[in-house]
Order: sequence, then structure tokens, then C-alpha cells
Amino acid sequence: MLSRTADNLFWLARYVERAENTARIIDAANRLAAMPIAYAGGSNEWESAVAATGALGLFKSLNREPTAENIIDFLAFSPENPSSIRSCLERARVNARTVRTALTSEMWEAINGAWLGLRDFDGAARDRMKLNAFLIYVKEASLRFDGSAYRTMIRNDVYFFSSLGTFIERADNTARILDVKYHLLLPAQESVGGGLDYFQWSSILRSVSANTAYHWVYRESLKPSLVADLLVLNDQLPRSLASCYDNICGFLDELSLAYGRQGLAQRVARSTRNRLQNATIDDVFRDGLHEFLTEFIGENGRLGQAITDQYLV
Amino acid sequence: MFVAFDEMSATSDGCRPGYEILKRWLDTTAPDLLSTRRAEAELLFRRIGITFAVYGDNDGEERIIPFDIIPRIITAPEWTRLSKGLEQRVKALNAFLADIYFKGEILRAGVVPEDLIYQNPYYRPEMAGLKLAHDIYVMIAGIDIVRVDPDTFYVLEDNARTPSGVSYMLENREVMMKLFPDLFAEHRIAPVENYPDALLATLKSVAPRSAPGDPTVALLTPGPFNSAFYEHSFLADKLGIELVEGRDLLVRDNVVYMRTTEGPKRVDVLYRRLDDDFLDPLTFRPDSILGVPGLMNAYRAGNITLSNAVGTGVADDKAVYSYMPEIVRFYLGEEPILKNVPTWRCREPDSLKYVLDNLESMVVKEVAGSGGYGMLIGPASDRKTREEFGAKLKANPDDFIAQPTLALSTSPTFVDAGIAPRHVDLRPFVLSGRDKVRIVPGGLTRVALKEGSLVVNSSQGGGTKDTWVLDA
Repeated sequence: MLSRTADNLFWLARYVERAENTARIIDAANRLAAMPIAYAGGSNEWESAVAATGALGLFKSLNREPTAENIIDFLAFSPENPSSIRSCLERARVNARTVRTALTSEMWEAINGAWLGLRDFDGAARDRMKLNAFLIYVKEASLRFDGSAYRTMIRNDVYFFSSLGTFIERADNTARILDVKYHLLLPAQESVGGGLDYFQWSSILRSVSANTAYHWVYRESLKPSLVADLLVLNDQLPRSLASCYDNICGFLDELSLAYGRQGLAQRVARSTRNRLQNATIDDVFRDGLHEFLTEFIGENGRLGQAITDQYLV
Repeated sequence: MFVAFDEMSATSDGCRPGYEILKRWLDTTAPDLLSTRRAEAELLFRRIGITFAVYGDNDGEERIIPFDIIPRIITAPEWTRLSKGLEQRVKALNAFLADIYFKGEILRAGVVPEDLIYQNPYYRPEMAGLKLAHDIYVMIAGIDIVRVDPDTFYVLEDNARTPSGVSYMLENREVMMKLFPDLFAEHRIAPVENYPDALLATLKSVAPRSAPGDPTVALLTPGPFNSAFYEHSFLADKLGIELVEGRDLLVRDNVVYMRTTEGPKRVDVLYRRLDDDFLDPLTFRPDSILGVPGLMNAYRAGNITLSNAVGTGVADDKAVYSYMPEIVRFYLGEEPILKNVPTWRCREPDSLKYVLDNLESMVVKEVAGSGGYGMLIGPASDRKTREEFGAKLKANPDDFIAQPTLALSTSPTFVDAGIAPRHVDLRPFVLSGRDKVRIVPGGLTRVALKEGSLVVNSSQGGGTKDTWVLDA
């Protein structure tokens, strides 16, 4: 297939995934920001939310006051933020239109429909009821896109590139969500339930929809090291770094089978997966969770670049 | 009848502290919007599947409890006092149970009459002398509180057996957060979402000493036909524990196992939502097919913790209830923080006479009753009902207690005619573990939706509200 087509597919999937993640981050921050200070620890929830999307620098450069409304607008709607939900959905739609023939009609309709519906949510940054509806709308759009891809696409390179986009973006987002709160996840604070940080941890889980999963996997109250274990190393959780890398390696293998050769992308991905498979959460904490995540985000970026160099240009 | 204390507007300026924002919001919000939100709430509850079954009602097998979208507010100082009182009450309950099943000091001291305990249908002789792992009997209490004025909270019932309703506390909050994000942004409302974690920590803390470091907890349900099945499955899911029925469990060498795809797996703590009578057909009702044969042997051998313990019903019996102030003083040497409703024990001839003479103004309850069944509300009754009830009373006075009709506080409620005061109660959930007592700030507020009605039970047309404990 054309490199340009593959590139479009790869980024289409990334934009959709990013839109959903940002929606979840806003949701979780909203909840935490509404809690009494004694429960949320008085931290600036909204600033962490922006940091979790990796756009804090951009937001600060705009010189807006960091109020809830300004930040919600920035994260969800602002054209000045190339990663705002609206920007993501608009760019996803442009990409989808360009590679229209590579998509199944269900996928196209999922993206096009999501884009068409955007105009119904004007002013939602100031209307919380509307904002809630918008966040649900975005999550459902992404579910529909994923589900259509999964159910209707032929398993060839078109599918592989789009899936690679999804998982690389997801791994990046999970790592960032964790990294923003890494200081709360120090194992030294291993207390159980009700503490100051409890609702912060629970909010991390909520932002990746893993609250119930946590309890089923560990069968105990929230502990920071286990929250990190679930999101980093547990390959049963579809959003964990380990699970994302299992998928990434799988799709890269499919590509190398289909094309009859391997390259840097496969090697980089495998080396990251091996690290995730062999690490224990104690190792991670010993060397520093923040350092680990920073390195991971860097490596994940390098993998994106390797995929680009190898296939997309 | 009487003018009840309204929790929102009973002050000279018409707005009590904590209600300022809500009142302004109610005053400026169109009834249409409230109707829309109410319809949305109902849809959400149906979608989540929060339903219950009414016994003896064949046409509607699954119903949802009516939900009132106007929250009930409790301020931080009010809550601080309440939670201290609740903790005190539950400590006393546990001390009382540990005493009557062992030494019986309170009986020998003549504080509580012996026959009231030993003749009590909820007293379990099987428990006498049985040493529990951590001396805690009531790990989970749902204490019903009513309020009559700004300063007075009464305990109405102690619910020390298998109190239900906590799933409504949690789901009501989730639904409210979806429907009224603005109100949440304007208030500082203490979260309740950590209840499942607090419950799990409590249950694990009371595991038998023979259990491994990380004990296995399971929830025992009578099954999907039970009226509270939704709650059982909801809690098991939130806690990440297995939801088991009696047939999923087996007892071998006095150890309890659950049947799993990987073979028998040992269970250390059973959060049982099954009454004592049905737990073990070898010990209790032989016709029970809901229980587990041999469970009591495992219990006696100290290999399983049942939560709540067997035989706690004797402490929430309504006649024993009337002794609670003395019970608190006897074990803790403190004055009770929460009041008891004045109670006439019909087993005492003078009291019986007084009750019969004043039936019109009293509420008469069966000592072993629950769910609002089998009670007489004097002021709401007609002469014929009172006469029939009086005859029952005279025939079996031991079975009844009577209390004055309390002017339960009211809370603004959205009804067909608009916003109107309706009577409410409050059921906070108190968790007692080996390490500490945990109470999440909030509880289930039940509301009697019919004008003037004092019966808040869901089986009798009551609804629920979200309960907001405000914080700084």
C-alpha cells in the first residue's frame, strides 16, 4: 500500500484514541475537582489534567487563567490545541476522507458521524450537563470506531497500521496519566483506604476505566504500587503498557510476515516488550517510577518514529 | 397533625446552613427541567439495572425504587456528631453481643432481663461460649436515624443482621453526578465511592487467625430471586469477590471451599446476605436449600468468619433496643451521644395499659419485625384497625413495643404537585473491623413520598435520595 495511506491510517487511529483519552481525563478531573479539599488533597486537578495530555507547555504559552472552564475549553474544544478533542476528531475525519477507500463504510460513518455531531456541543465548556453529554459522545464514537474496525476490516496491512496507531497512542496516554501523579504513587505511602491520596489513585484508575478491574485482579483496597503494577505491567488490562506492547509486537510481526522482512521498528518494540515482561513493580519503584515512565514515553516515541521511517515515508 | 422540622427551611430566614445554594437553585429552576431530570434518572437506574422485587407482588417482578432528585444535605458539624454517636453505638452493640454469648455480665447485673435474651427467637444457643476470631459480631451495621429538630437525632433501629441499601447510597451518588454536575461543582460534597474498599478492608481484618495473609472473601447470596439480589451482585463486583450461592460452597474437614473451575478454593470470610435460619440445614432449618451443610461446624472450628456473626439479631430486636442507652453506659461508661426513641415494652403490664389507652398517638411495632411490615401507626389508623390491633396486643404483649409518633424531619422533595416537604430518615453504614471503625460520610436517605406518610420503607412506597455530607 502507499506509505501515505499507511501514515494516514496510523494517525487516524491515534487521533481517535487520543480524543477518547482526553475525554476520560476531563471526566476524572471533574470528579476530583468537585471533592472537598480534605479528600482531593488540594492539588490543582485541572493543571494535572493538562499535564496528563502533554500540553501544559502550550497551555501556559497561551497565558490563559487556569480556571476549570478555560482548561476544559482548551482540552475539549480549542482549535489552538492540536490535541483538543475537537482538533483530534477534525483531523481524524480529514485523514479518513483521504483514505476513504481503505476504510470499511462502517468505520467511515463512525468517524464522519462523530465529526458531524460536534457542532451540537458548542458552548459545552460552560455547560456541565452538555459537557457530560459530550464526553459520553466522544467515548461512544471511539468505541464505535474500534468496534467497526475490529468487526469489519480485512486483517491485512490496513488493519495492522491502524491498530498500531491505536496501541502506540494508548501506551503513551497511560504512561502520561500515571506520570502526572507519580509523586502520589510512592510505595513509602503504602496505607490503605481513606487517606488523602486515595481518591487520587482511584481517579487514575477511573481515567482508564480500571476501577473494577483493579479489585478483580488484586482483591484488595487501593495501594499505589498495585495501581502502578496494573497500569504498567499487568498484561491482562487492555490499557496497560504491557498489554499495549503485546499488541504492538503482534501487529509488527504480522507486518513483517506480510512484507517478508523486519526492521528497527520490530527490534525496538520487542526490546520494550521484554523489559515490561521481565520487570517487577519493585524494580520499577527502585529505579524510580518517574524515571521509568519518562524513559518509556521516550522509547514509545522512538518506536513511532521507527515505524514512520520504516513504513510511512 | 403536627408541623415537622424541615431540614431546608426551618429557620426565620427560611434557609438552614448548608442549603443556601440548593435553595437558590430550586427557586430558580423550572419544574420542567426537574421533570426531565427525573425521567433521565429513572432511565439511568433502569439501564444500570438497580431493581428490587416486592414479595407477594406477582405482576411487577422487578421494580426500581422511586428516586427523588433533590438531595438531602448534612453539614460537617452535624455529621461529626452523628458519626461519633454511630461509632459509640456499634461498639456497645459488639460488646453486648460478646457479653451475652459469654459471661452474661449485663444480665447478672440486672440491666437487661435474662428472659428477654434467652427466650428471644434471635438468640442462638449455638453461639454461646463460641470464641470468635476478633470478638466482633456486627461488622456491618445500617443504623436508622431520624431527626426531629436541629439538635436531636434518634436511633430508630440498629439493623445488626444483614442491613441492605448501601448500593443505593453509591448508585444514587453516581446518578446525581451525571444529572447535576453544576451542583457538584458548586458544593464540596464528601465522596462515598470508597465504601467498597472500606468494606473489603473491614472483612479482611476479621479473617480467622488460621487464614493466609491474604484471606479470600466471598459474598453469600440467597440467589437472583432475593429482593436484594441486585445489591449482592453490585457489591461483589465492586469488591472484586466471588458472588456465591449455597450450592457453590462445600465444607470438608471443617474448612469451607468454593467450587471453582480450578478445583475447590478455600474461603476465609463469608459476607453472608442470608439469614441465620438458612445458613446451615444441619444446624438450623433442615429444609433450607440455600445454605451450606456443615458451615456451622467450620464456624465453630474457627475456620471461617461469618459477617455478620450468627445470632446478632438478638441485639436489634426492638425490645432489646429499648435498653440501648443502658447498654452503652454499661460497657463504655459514657453517655449515649445518639438518643433512643422512648419505648414502651408491652411485656410490662403498666406499659401495655398505657399503650392501649393511647393507641391513637403511638406507633406499635412487632419486636422481631422489619421492613415496615406488621406495624400500627396510630395517628394514621381508623378505629377498626386500632381495635383489631389492640386485640393482637393483648393476646401477645411480649411481641410488641410502642413508641410515640415522632415528628420526623422533612426534606424538600419533587412530587407531582411540585416541591413539597416529605418525611425522611437516614441509614448510615457503620463498618467495624479488627483495626478500626469505618464510616463513609453519607448514607441512604429514605423518603416517604406520600404526603404526611411516615413510612419510608421501599416495600411500602418509600423512595430514596442522595445524601450529601458537606465539607470544607
